[in-house]
Amino acid sequence: MKPDQGMSLIVKTVTCWINSFIFLFGIYVMLFGHITPGGGFPGGVIIACSFILITLAAGKEFALKLFSLDDASVVDSFSIFLFLFIGFLGLILGNYFLQNFMAAGEPFRLPSAGTIVLNNVAIGLKVGAAIFAMFMYLSLFRLDEGEETE
Amino acid sequence: MTPYIIALLLVFMIIGAIIALEIRDTLAAVVALAAVGIGISIAFLFMGAPDLAITQVVVEVLVLLILIRATISRDVTTIEAGRPQFVMTISVCALLILLLFSLHMVEVLPTFGLQDHMVNIGNPSFHYLSEALSETGAANIVTAILLDYRVYDTLGEVTVLFVALIGVWTVLRKKGRLRGEAVAFGQKEEDDEA
Repeated sequence: MKPDQGMSLIVKTVTCWINSFIFLFGIYVMLFGHITPGGGFPGGVIIACSFILITLAAGKEFALKLFSLDDASVVDSFSIFLFLFIGFLGLILGNYFLQNFMAAGEPFRLPSAGTIVLNNVAIGLKVGAAIFAMFMYLSLFRLDEGEETE
Repeated sequence: MTPYIIALLLVFMIIGAIIALEIRDTLAAVVALAAVGIGISIAFLFMGAPDLAITQVVVEVLVLLILIRATISRDVTTIEAGRPQFVMTISVCALLILLLFSLHMVEVLPTFGLQDHMVNIGNPSFHYLSEALSETGAANIVTAILLDYRVYDTLGEVTVLFVALIGVWTVLRKKGRLRGEAVAFGQKEEDDEA
């Protein structure tokens, strides 16, 4: 983290302390979406927000070093294929596409509800990567405006 | 009564679509397209899907704003001065008609706080409330509906997000086309107009 990039030292310090908790909370909302309120979409948005917070506090270069746009596109494509793969597993192992083929299990436990947990993880990765990538594309566009006009 | 209204709306929408295709002025085409969208929304309302009608109206207004913003800088449209009272009367009439349909929608919606529509045996919501935990094992019934009963909808939403990201990527990419690779944007449009 270079001192001349991003916002002030106070913001950077608070971001250092708080950001891992935001990230963990995003993972929690994503994984426990079938037990507590939440799910893949809000969990993914919270994870993306933790990266957006890094971008706002420490600058674009630092955030892109952590999680580049190529990584975002790989995670984005991989997770949508994971979702479709789970759907086709339902077709192969069960009866129809996107069937919940796994056993329901004991309620209020983490490994319950069959494929819902896996689908939540896939959607969370997808939404997180997509929103982070959209934010970065929209903010990078302003940087390169001078080059495009030539 | 309802089939005739839907048939009238269909005729209205077909006329609007033909006008949007055939008219020369871009802004007029956008307005004709918006009329088609409003027709679809009213048709949803009469077919008993108020939530779809609300979504259609919201999306239609957004798309209309974006399209008008995109076209109004392209075409120079002149607004003729005079007859402000006529324009005012037309606008008030259109708003009153919209209010009439909105009142109809309020009648279609269930009363706030009423639980009678849930208790009916055979209703999907009753089935979700009583059977979701034992069928899916998910304690959160909203997640059970989103990712088990209505998982096709979720697949569609994820696909929409994927396509939106591809669109943002394409429009806002860092490197543009080189001049020798393909036709530049302005030149292509001039060719299309000519």
